[in-house]
Amino acid sequence: MSLNDLWFLLIAVLFTGFFFLEGFDFGVGMATGLVPRNDQQKRLMINTIGPFWDANEVWLITAAGAMFAAFPHFYATMFSGYYLVFVFILLGLILRGVSFEFRGKAEGKWWTGTWDACILIGSFLPPMLFGMAFAALVKGVPIQQNMDLKAGFSDVFNGYTVWIGLTVVGMCLMHGLTFISLRTIGEVRDRARVMASKFLPVLGILLAGMVVWTYFATDLFARRGPFMYAAVAVGIVAYVLTWYFLKQCREGWAFGMTGAVILLTFVSLFVGLFPRFMVSSINSAFDLTIYNASSSHYTLKAMTIVAATLLPFVLAYQAWSYFVFHKRLSEKDHLEY
Amino acid sequence: MDVLDLARLQFATTTILHFVYVPISIGLSLLVAIMETMYVIKKNDLYKKMAQFWGTFLLINFALGVVTGILQEFQFGMNWSDFSRFVGDVFGTPLAIEALLAFFLESTFIGLWVFGWERLSKTVHLICMWLVSIGTMLSALWILAANSFMQRPVGYEIQNGRAAMKDFAALLTNEQLLWEFPHTLFAAFATGAFLIAGISAWKLMHKKNMDFFKPSFKLSIIVALISAIAIPLFGHGQAQYLVKTQPMKMAASEGLWENSGDPAPWTVIAWIDPGNKGNTFEIKVPFALSFLSYSKFTGSVPGMNELQAQYEKTYGPGDYIPPVRTTFWSFRIMIAAGCGMIALALYGAYLTFRKKLEGSHRWFFRLMIWGISLPFIGNTSGWIMTEIGRQPWTVFGLLQTKDSVSPTVVAGEVLFSFISFTTLYLILTGVLAFLFYRTARKGPDIEPHQQTVIHDPFAQGGDTIVAK
Repeated sequence: MSLNDLWFLLIAVLFTGFFFLEGFDFGVGMATGLVPRNDQQKRLMINTIGPFWDANEVWLITAAGAMFAAFPHFYATMFSGYYLVFVFILLGLILRGVSFEFRGKAEGKWWTGTWDACILIGSFLPPMLFGMAFAALVKGVPIQQNMDLKAGFSDVFNGYTVWIGLTVVGMCLMHGLTFISLRTIGEVRDRARVMASKFLPVLGILLAGMVVWTYFATDLFARRGPFMYAAVAVGIVAYVLTWYFLKQCREGWAFGMTGAVILLTFVSLFVGLFPRFMVSSINSAFDLTIYNASSSHYTLKAMTIVAATLLPFVLAYQAWSYFVFHKRLSEKDHLEY
Repeated sequence: MDVLDLARLQFATTTILHFVYVPISIGLSLLVAIMETMYVIKKNDLYKKMAQFWGTFLLINFALGVVTGILQEFQFGMNWSDFSRFVGDVFGTPLAIEALLAFFLESTFIGLWVFGWERLSKTVHLICMWLVSIGTMLSALWILAANSFMQRPVGYEIQNGRAAMKDFAALLTNEQLLWEFPHTLFAAFATGAFLIAGISAWKLMHKKNMDFFKPSFKLSIIVALISAIAIPLFGHGQAQYLVKTQPMKMAASEGLWENSGDPAPWTVIAWIDPGNKGNTFEIKVPFALSFLSYSKFTGSVPGMNELQAQYEKTYGPGDYIPPVRTTFWSFRIMIAAGCGMIALALYGAYLTFRKKLEGSHRWFFRLMIWGISLPFIGNTSGWIMTEIGRQPWTVFGLLQTKDSVSPTVVAGEVLFSFISFTTLYLILTGVLAFLFYRTARKGPDIEPHQQTVIHDPFAQGGDTIVAK
């Protein structure tokens, strides 16, 4: 495996990890508009992600940093080419991040209501827009010979990208609902679980549409047929098991399954892309790949040493933080937010 | 305005506002860590209350620092894609390491700190705060390593029209970084310290919770004093280094058009006329610029006109003189803010150690409240001087600002993002100020040592007295 391959893998892992982890806290954010019956329950839900959401978001920041360092052209083309998409993703993330912290720091209906609305918007926009951006990326965007991209409105906004965006939103919401039922006891737990069961058919339609549409709209199945079919098969199993575990009230397993659906989706995306990062709709010779978009060998080597040294610690203390807060929360607990 | 102007304006605005929150986070997390350390060592609950009360300010601000930081990182790609392509090889690495080494540390352990008071042992909880504090400092180190490369590129070679990294260690031993990092770090400590000292002074002035705010004032004024003295020491080193590596920035910040002559006088105030490349009015202190530049009272400092001719020879025709007035005045404002900080910290420390805080020093307390703004003024003007003074370069001597901007982004898009981000940042800064004010006014949650009467219909006489 060359260093270029390794860094493609690492960036794929970072993005996939981001959607797995921040996926459930996006979902919890969206669910604050659906599940709770009163303010106490809403606070309880926000507190389930309280110690984690910030670190989860750093997965995205690290993914972007790794893109910048290892594949500067990928970073430059994507962020400038999708300019407005990223403006809205950022506005969403900024609003969302401060809302968790601010809403509990003062009182009043207007105050809490404003930040609650920001949590909803901020939890919906990023997964929706990231879903659309990635969908456009595999479908192909007009990248020119000099690697510059100017994504037009219809490149990012079309039936396929919107469908994928909604599917990513749906996956996150589902993942968030199972997370809430895993992390709480009492009424919130039951309501989240029931809502997850009710929402499951909708997600099924979204996922089925994603698979079929991706088959026709992109070259992923043509390039990586066996892998894609296997991923779809495993995905169907995970989907069915989600339903089964929810019925059995085994929320840990249900959470694992909703997570598996997210993992499979993004792993397939990156497997299908490899060794490309961005597909040019003008000419396949203009695709951004792990070779023409990369940094020098020296930089990749330096980065590899740094990452190999630091990553074990990072993963260990993050896992530890999940262990520290593994107990279920109840409405009677001391709630920070 | 065209894309370049708008992109610069957006970068300036968002960076300046981001750099309001970041020093608060660095400074407050250090002070909170010190407070919690004293709690663990002295086992005095007062220090726990202090860590929790000032920790609230840290948390309110921390969220803003984090979310505005994401924009900083994305903005390089969004607005400055040609810059990113040119320097990604060198510049991206410290950024990635910043995320991996610092952001994960901060964000994970701040979560553990906030939610872990009951779940972690005292010592482990304390370690969490120190890791947050170290994380904020490491973050400053790596981002300044990246910035130092822009001020003075080292450890690279040009390959196929791009800067390729040749020596990673050189990035970290860049002398620019060795001056810039401690200078900035102490400025951040001062920011947190003056914030706590100022709020404490406000409460002391109104004689509220004296037992709480006096020790808070004492602790913060010590940190403020140490920082206020350290800032100019490292700043002096940085200025001397500037004369060697970016003489044009030095000349611009001194309003020096012609060579100074030997010994060089320091211009305190000047009316600068960039059109005619000269000053219409100047007040000068003899020998001072020589000392500032070389730590001795001799030596000439080159002026902008000569440097312009030199640069044209080296880099080709063009205008290499940065906006002189902005550079000149931001430098002076920074120094004035620094002097104000030293004066306040000295007098505050004098009052504290002479145990004179009890007396009525309303004028001093009022000054301390205004003093909260001094580090912010210093930080902002310092950055403006550093970044504007480097113009027209983004990477000194290698890449100009006009060649850094994204070629595909159009003015309307940048205008839209500029307006929306600026509006949002301003609103959030207002909210931050409101929450700071509100938290400070409410004061710490100190339990009242008084008896509370609970009306209990089943108790004898109908009342139960509960001591709280």
